[in-house]
Amino acid sequence: MSMKKQYGQPKDNYHAKIIAKSIFIFIICVILTLICLIPIYILIVNSTHGHMALAKNPSNFWFGDSIVDNFNTLLGKVKTGAARQYSGAFDTVQGYTNSLIIAGATTGLTVFFSALTAYGLTVYDFKLRGPAYTFIIAVMMIPVQVSSAGFVRFMYQLGLINNFIPLIVPAIAAPAVIFFMRSYMKSSFPLDIVEAARIDGCAEFRTFLTIAIPMMKPAIAVQAIFAFVANWNNFYTQNMILKSDKLVTMPIMVAKVLGFDKNKDYGVDYLCVTLSILPIVIIYFILSKFIIAGVALGGVKE
Amino acid sequence: MASAAQRRIKSISYAKYGYMFIAPFFLVYCFFQIWPLIYTFILSFQGNQALHGQWVGLDNYTTILFGQGVAQGAAATSAKFLNALGNTFILWFGNFIPQILLSLLLAVWFTDAKVKLPGKGFFKVVMYMPNIITAASVAALFVNLFGDSKYYFINATLINMGLVDPEATIEFVTHPVISKIMVMFIQTWLWFGNTMIMLMSGIMGINPSLFEAANIDGANSRQVFFKVTLPLLQPIMVYTLVTSMIGGLQMFDIPFLYHQGANYSLDLETAAVFIYANFNQGTVSQANYGYAGAASIIIFIITAILGSITFFMNRDKDEIAQKKQRKRAMKQYKEKMKRGGLTL
Repeated sequence: MSMKKQYGQPKDNYHAKIIAKSIFIFIICVILTLICLIPIYILIVNSTHGHMALAKNPSNFWFGDSIVDNFNTLLGKVKTGAARQYSGAFDTVQGYTNSLIIAGATTGLTVFFSALTAYGLTVYDFKLRGPAYTFIIAVMMIPVQVSSAGFVRFMYQLGLINNFIPLIVPAIAAPAVIFFMRSYMKSSFPLDIVEAARIDGCAEFRTFLTIAIPMMKPAIAVQAIFAFVANWNNFYTQNMILKSDKLVTMPIMVAKVLGFDKNKDYGVDYLCVTLSILPIVIIYFILSKFIIAGVALGGVKE
Repeated sequence: MASAAQRRIKSISYAKYGYMFIAPFFLVYCFFQIWPLIYTFILSFQGNQALHGQWVGLDNYTTILFGQGVAQGAAATSAKFLNALGNTFILWFGNFIPQILLSLLLAVWFTDAKVKLPGKGFFKVVMYMPNIITAASVAALFVNLFGDSKYYFINATLINMGLVDPEATIEFVTHPVISKIMVMFIQTWLWFGNTMIMLMSGIMGINPSLFEAANIDGANSRQVFFKVTLPLLQPIMVYTLVTSMIGGLQMFDIPFLYHQGANYSLDLETAAVFIYANFNQGTVSQANYGYAGAASIIIFIITAILGSITFFMNRDKDEIAQKKQRKRAMKQYKEKMKRGGLTL
């Protein structure tokens, strides 16, 4: 007896219902995609329009022709009041360089020392191991702002204001990254390898460098991307510490441009914002597979 | 029979390496985070501006919480702080609830085996993108798009479509209520992709045979969602709740930068902005380190309470019961040994 004869027809509109639901979900996803992408699109489009054109008709959906003019204003090649204001506050090359130095250094330090600490917590069995790990989890929850008043005052006392050091050195201690790496090690790092290395006469630190780090490459890669993006985008701490024009980073420059009251040039405004997010967006679309995979990895909790 | 040499070899302990490996983290953390935290605590008991460094006891706390203090303008400071606290919670709830609902809905749809959705990978990439953009740039972008006057994109488009009168444009940036809604929207826009992907990975971690069993038993989508998916997602939901809570209490970039003109908008002043504004005015003798410190400690206490409540609600009751059982057995065993191994 066929299935249909024995169990009867499936509900008549089963297929239709599924297709209707799929179409509905698809439309919602398309709407959300538009909401995500349209601001960026308008941003790029408006960067190519001049101030006068934007003042007359701010609602543009296609590119304009003033991109070179806007760049000239930004680089200070034009002698208007607006130009001096913008080129003084927003030096693209300086901003990129400073942001790159800080983001690169912090990323390197964070992943290396977090891997080191996670390795120490997983491989070695010492009395304070449990309390140390509990401590790390507990302090993960402390908001940055809570200690920032004391942090800034402390940096004033040490004379480290307006200096890259308070932004780079604390990156050695990143509880969230340690938590992630330790979960990763617990599930995919065989401790027998360490024993084998010891038998072969390998020193402990060398074991870490030559065996553990290559084995943890996926976790390190993911955390490196996140650390880089987070530090590139970090406005709060950088704004607190960096004061002089030569050392400011991208987010601070954008904030400065935002605060201009008179002599506003709309086209250059948009151009500044575009320049500040362009590198990150490009890197994101190149590495998007890794980034999404990394976020998904962080979501699996035993 | 184990010789003395063999006995010695067995007891090589690598524990000291453990301490060495975790030392850099603890050294740097204590120097750059623990000490500033303690220092903030100390600062909260010290004076502001010209009185910095002098002990004033609980004066800062009474000033910002109740408006009764030694300094002039105490009532104003208290009004500002309570306003900031209120804004923090309003902005957090208004952002968190739509975001969780939207992300959960999307996560369930994306992981449903029956739904045929083309381009899932593309949608994931696009929806996560807002999360990686600098928050400062996002604030600048939205101020430029949603500016108050008719010279800005959204108002101009609405005027062109005939929906808005050129003289009465919608005040997206300066209106007290609308600007808050805009900030909530921006925060949701920034984070919904992240939350969605995390919830998706949580759902995919659920054993699919449970879903199959539910389907065989004839459960429709809603029943599957409420009785299978949601309960098993509890650890991830707790994690999302905690991280969102911490993030919400720290909300700084958008409220601080979503304004037109030179200063941040007082309608959007959150606790983090209040703290920052107080310790960042001018030199050490012009800044209100005391108020900033007191506000920071209050935020810290709130975070600790909320975090403990969340962890308490999510505790593994079975494991705690087992631990208690084991402790009791251990105690009984010790008593027995004290009595010389006799059972009375």
